[in-house]
Amino acid sequence: MSVELLNFIETVLNGLMSGVMYSLVALGFVLIFKASGVFNFAQGVFALFAALTLVGYQTGQVPFAHLINELFGTNYHNWYASMPNFLAIILTMITMIALAWIIERLVLKHLVNQDPIILFMATIGLAFALEGVGDLMWGSDVKVLDVGIPSGGSIWLEEATIGLAAEGSDYYGMYIDVLNVWATVIAVILVITLALFSQYTKTGRALRAVADDHQAALSVGISLRTIWILVWAISGFIAMVAGIMWGTESGVQFSLSLIALKALPVLILGGFTSIPGAIIGGLLIGVGEKLAEIYIGGYFETGALENWFAYVMALVFLLFRPQGLFGDKIIERV
Amino acid sequence: MRIKQLLIGITASVIAISSYVEIAVADLKFPMLVYRTGAYAPNGIPNADGFVDYYKMINARDGGIGGEKILHPECETGYKTQVGVECYEKNKKDAMVFQPMSTGITYQLIPKATADGVTVYSTGYGRTSAANGKVFKWIFNAPVTYWDGASIAVRHILKNNLGNIKGKKIALVYHNSAYGKEPIRTLQTLSKKHGFKLMLLPVDHPGQEQKATWLKIRKARPDNVLMWGWGVMNQVAVKSAASIKFPMDKFIGIWWSGSENDVLPAGQGAHGYKSLTFNAPGDSYQVHKDIKKYVHDKGEASGDGSHFGTVLYNRGLFQAMVQVEAAVVAQKIHGTSKITPAMYRDGMEAVNLSAKRMEELGFKDFAPPFKNTCENHGGSGLAAVQQWDAKAKKWNMITEYMYGDSDVVQKLIAEDSSKYAAEQKIAERCN
Repeated sequence: MSVELLNFIETVLNGLMSGVMYSLVALGFVLIFKASGVFNFAQGVFALFAALTLVGYQTGQVPFAHLINELFGTNYHNWYASMPNFLAIILTMITMIALAWIIERLVLKHLVNQDPIILFMATIGLAFALEGVGDLMWGSDVKVLDVGIPSGGSIWLEEATIGLAAEGSDYYGMYIDVLNVWATVIAVILVITLALFSQYTKTGRALRAVADDHQAALSVGISLRTIWILVWAISGFIAMVAGIMWGTESGVQFSLSLIALKALPVLILGGFTSIPGAIIGGLLIGVGEKLAEIYIGGYFETGALENWFAYVMALVFLLFRPQGLFGDKIIERV
Repeated sequence: MRIKQLLIGITASVIAISSYVEIAVADLKFPMLVYRTGAYAPNGIPNADGFVDYYKMINARDGGIGGEKILHPECETGYKTQVGVECYEKNKKDAMVFQPMSTGITYQLIPKATADGVTVYSTGYGRTSAANGKVFKWIFNAPVTYWDGASIAVRHILKNNLGNIKGKKIALVYHNSAYGKEPIRTLQTLSKKHGFKLMLLPVDHPGQEQKATWLKIRKARPDNVLMWGWGVMNQVAVKSAASIKFPMDKFIGIWWSGSENDVLPAGQGAHGYKSLTFNAPGDSYQVHKDIKKYVHDKGEASGDGSHFGTVLYNRGLFQAMVQVEAAVVAQKIHGTSKITPAMYRDGMEAVNLSAKRMEELGFKDFAPPFKNTCENHGGSGLAAVQQWDAKAKKWNMITEYMYGDSDVVQKLIAEDSSKYAAEQKIAERCN
């Protein structure tokens, strides 16, 4: 096989893996949008907050330590040296469920029946508030997140593919980050679990009923508020998974909240209401931007296509299929 | 009765406000443009803490500068150029100096501060050609510029290749902003001079996703990679380089890509990564002892004190020290402790931080000596290479401080500043 073809395959594979990372963020958006019609602008901050909380629990950091020390003249920073990963993840999940409950109580409850744009604005406010709380609670330092997921180039793949190139060609073998492979496995498990949950459990069916028609669901006795808390808690859990993956890759820091911007073109492509759409959209965006950067990036003087090419793809899709690949078709009856 | 009480209240308030104004006017105002929030906060916080701790120490130990207390109001920019300009406008009255901590903000402030008569000090960043004091009267960027940095990095590579890098490939991974683009011109000139091939790889803000960039590097296999990064871009780049098994000792960052934050997330993978620096790491200098005694031990540390002695904290100390020294020099020149912004500029232009003076200030061997002159606002142009030891989790200086290629750099500075002078109709001074 020619080295060029092998490099092309490597680019596509890496694009697919990056796409999975985007899909992890997009999934949280889709769940909330499906169930409540709210475009949750705070989903990226959810991922950041979950990752910050997880590292905080892992390292025994005292929440709001800076504030407490400033107010009371104390010097508390850590209350234990470390916590096992499993326990820290469980505690983070509980925190995200509590956060969902607080959001429902303090924000959503008061905005029932408001226009979608009002709810969207509320989530913008929520994003900034939560970012501020996260800063106050856990500090702004870069934090190292290690939950035992291996990362770095796969030696196995490199060795397995090195012989595929033509004899005498100077080929290193194919590169894939093991962390991305793990992210793919976790995303697959997550999607299967979500599908099974919504198909075969009573709560899952209630969730789908609310997603289909709020009024009809209410009329058969489904509690909208409980469903909303549940959905926000599930998307909080997904945010935690995304936060773990992205945080392991770059360290946990406040720029993590900007990964939400990577999910937007994924949603436009895949549709705001489709879980498979979030996955397929992520994969298409991932592959598209990597191919664009590597194969046509050199023709642009400014370069850095990787960041904005996804939006070009999304724009083209918007022109021809505004509801996205798998989104519900928009039909307005007059 | 109520009217009487109200009148007494108003009178008391007026007296209180006027006495405050009197104190405020007598103080020396060093506004700080900081970013303690947002994507770049992990870099902004330790640097700002260094500044604040130094100012607090000077106020506590020396009673201020020549008896005048330092006021250091903070304005949060979030590393956003527009917000930085707003911060400048809000704080420019009676300000001695602005340290924008962003090349983008510096570019915007150069014409404004020049018109307003306010000193801008961009320590080792900003517009490189501002080193030409003949054109940029109010702007200083000592002790070293980005163009020096680019040529020092190339000089280091030359040294490791026995002086011959003809046909070698050097990649520049840069933040796609005014800051990141700054070394390109110098590197292009140096590539012609030394015959190496330059590969330019921009990374958009914030730099969280760089997979395609590093796949390109893996495919092209450059002999060396240089990086002009900031914030999360640095961490992702170091981790990505380790992941594709790029030899870390062939990966050199500029001085803003060489803090503990940049290498710790990559763990052992970052071992051997190099960066330039113009100040030493560590917390064993006299200035640290003084800060500990007069600030930290009194519970007055900026933030939680956890950044004490880190690379960016130390850089903040160095930057603050130069700014304070400029005020000291200005007071001496003009024979008054109550200096004006114009007097302060004179002080900055006459700063002479010799090894002896550095020692007096508690910075012995902390940074190479430098002095500003009317013609030269860019300082000594010296920087060293430091290398990360991932096992010991510390930076080690591995070279002496060295000069860049002054033939190339000075020519480029002269060209760029002349162009600016012609555009802005600035008559050259210092003749």
